[in-house]
Amino acid sequence: MSDAADDAVLRVEHLTMRFGGLVAVDDLSFTARNGDITALIGPNGAGKTTVFNCITGFYKPTEGRIALRHGDPRVWTALAALTDSGRRSLVRSDGALFLLERMPDYLVTQKAKVARTFQNIRLFSGMTVLENLLVAQHNALMVASGFTLFGVLGLASYAQSERRAIERAAYWLDLIGLTDRADDPAGALPYGAQRRLEIARAMCTEPVLLCLDEPAAGLNPRESAELNALLLSIRDRHKTSILLIEHDMSVVMEISDHVVVLDYGIKISDGPPRQVRDDPRVIAAYLGVADEEVARAEAEVGL
Amino acid sequence: MARGRSAKAMAAEAPAKPRVAVAHALKDTGVVALIAAGLFLPLVAFRTEQNIRNELTLETRWPLFFAIVAIVAAGRLAHTLVLAPWLEARRRRPRPAAEGLSRWGAAAARWLGPMAIGFAASYPALVLALGGSGGAVKWIDNFGIQILIYVMLGLGLNIVVGLAGLLDLGYVAFYAVGAYSYALLAKTLGLSFWILLPLAGILAAFWGVLLGFPVLRLRGDYLAIVTLAFGEIIRLILINWVPVTNGYAGISGIPRPTFFGLPFNASDAGFAATFGLEFSPLHRAIFLYYVILGLALLTAFVTARLRHLPVGRAWEALREDEIACRALGINTTNTKLTAFAMGAMFGGFGGAFFAARQGFISPESFTFTESAMILAIVVLGGMGSQIGVAVAAVAMIGGTEIMRELDFLKRIFGAGFDPTQYRMLLFGFAMVLLMIWKPRGLIATRAPSAFLKPRRNISGALAREGRG
Repeated sequence: MSDAADDAVLRVEHLTMRFGGLVAVDDLSFTARNGDITALIGPNGAGKTTVFNCITGFYKPTEGRIALRHGDPRVWTALAALTDSGRRSLVRSDGALFLLERMPDYLVTQKAKVARTFQNIRLFSGMTVLENLLVAQHNALMVASGFTLFGVLGLASYAQSERRAIERAAYWLDLIGLTDRADDPAGALPYGAQRRLEIARAMCTEPVLLCLDEPAAGLNPRESAELNALLLSIRDRHKTSILLIEHDMSVVMEISDHVVVLDYGIKISDGPPRQVRDDPRVIAAYLGVADEEVARAEAEVGL
Repeated sequence: MARGRSAKAMAAEAPAKPRVAVAHALKDTGVVALIAAGLFLPLVAFRTEQNIRNELTLETRWPLFFAIVAIVAAGRLAHTLVLAPWLEARRRRPRPAAEGLSRWGAAAARWLGPMAIGFAASYPALVLALGGSGGAVKWIDNFGIQILIYVMLGLGLNIVVGLAGLLDLGYVAFYAVGAYSYALLAKTLGLSFWILLPLAGILAAFWGVLLGFPVLRLRGDYLAIVTLAFGEIIRLILINWVPVTNGYAGISGIPRPTFFGLPFNASDAGFAATFGLEFSPLHRAIFLYYVILGLALLTAFVTARLRHLPVGRAWEALREDEIACRALGINTTNTKLTAFAMGAMFGGFGGAFFAARQGFISPESFTFTESAMILAIVVLGGMGSQIGVAVAAVAMIGGTEIMRELDFLKRIFGAGFDPTQYRMLLFGFAMVLLMIWKPRGLIATRAPSAFLKPRRNISGALAREGRG
């Protein structure tokens, strides 16, 4: 591994995902640096969501390694040993490594601290906005309630941790501007607010890496600008790395530090936004080939 | 100005409107009466009878035919002229603000519970005061205890179906496990009711987890079918494992619960003799009534507590969206299993109490109809609502029992009419009407488990039924 990759929070190496005969992701490798917003872009059906599902444990990749780091970058040196040991994770005093492809989906969030949102919003629509944010703090509260035992007995220690959980939820509600609607059902919120709530809910799990699947889909320009500000504040104030799938180029170019472009499951470009934008292969994949080139090709074959 | 003019135009039109409406209604009524006449002419007006020489003769029943057609026509006229405009007006009237609704809902929710508990606690005294000790056993045993058993079962199933959204059609299996556990252990080991009650609950919970494992990956219809099969498997085992369960014949002579060691019988060591009372079956009925009331309240209390704990919130989140739950780091396997186990445990308590109260159990008591009844109570009450479940149990069980007392119908339909035969028909009809009137159950609001601001109920309209 090169030294430049040592600041990586996430390393995806030779990831391949096949569904029967279909190769959705083919030998994909990229890294997401700690404290960066990394964008994963590509035309429809390029395999972006499949990569997300592999990272968050919803799919078991056919081949490849997905490693996540907590703490000191030096833990990366233990990666080969961890892979050979056959275990899921390695926890040291200065940090930890997790092999996400070996973990079931809920442990990816619970232990490896990777949170995600969904392309089609998945809120608990019959529960209130506040309850949505409390469900996200389930594991911490579960421990505080003595795995339900102390909670049923009504011990004060649990009430205190629940108050803290509500405070954290209130903090996020304030940040996404939904404090007034805290006690309304989540399903009654307008679309843009539901998107923001889903991000806040993911952040309530205290993630190291936040994976957002098309967070700007269906947002108007003003909401989209608000989203940019929210994501930048998550990156800068909460020191959470972000990996996002996005179609909205204004979002991608404005806020991302690093862009990975996929087409038909293959990585076609990787670099800073400016460089990726000018990459002819990216332009070809997104816009097709320029008209005069088609005309020239047609002339050549005599059409 | 345009607005003013149109209002004036409407005012001018208004007097003409009723006449048009009446003419239209009369025409409509005529059409409906014709259709009714066409339908009932072959069905009602003519009737074949066998005379004494076994010949078929055609009889006409014109008065009945015209009466039916007239009733249909009158009904239609009343509908178009009175009912339809009223419904339309009601639909147009602006709905009261959501705030007002939820304030009423909150007030109702706050007072309904304590009032219901107060009523339930004073029920035996009320019955005694009103009916005297003669009929009291019937009202306490058939109504009070019977209803409370179903309240308890409904509250238990409510955890699985109402909160966790897992459709369980075989809940009666856990009721059976509880009942047989108590019966067999009490008869063979001679342990007391109060030791066996928790044990029966634990055994039922164990079976709940056992059922939970194979159905973890199933959702919706598939889960319903497997749980239904599980209920039947348990019943068939009870029928066929004769050496242990005594098959169809059932288990009789199950020890009855005692009052801290004092049996409810006429002996010198019995409850009545010890307290210097005259022996009466009423003592046991009242004692059992308060036992099941306590158990039902315990179930309600524990469930209410659990709803405000992370595990309860996870159940509801599971009902809303299982994939989102997993993305938030919730172990959905454990969450589902705890829901099954908790629900089954309360079913087991109910079963143990049932066996102790009856003194006799057989597989007959644990058919699919029982599961369907309990599920109907949960759905009718409003998924997830505890007060709703209690009200629905009173309506369903109390309703079917009270329909045994329909003798006044004999005065209307003649002495040959047996009202008890129509009990289930009337009951089913009432249920259909209720589900049309309140599709989300009697209590369609949901009390959130945490608040940032003052507590209030929210509409249940956005809650999902769960597909898991």
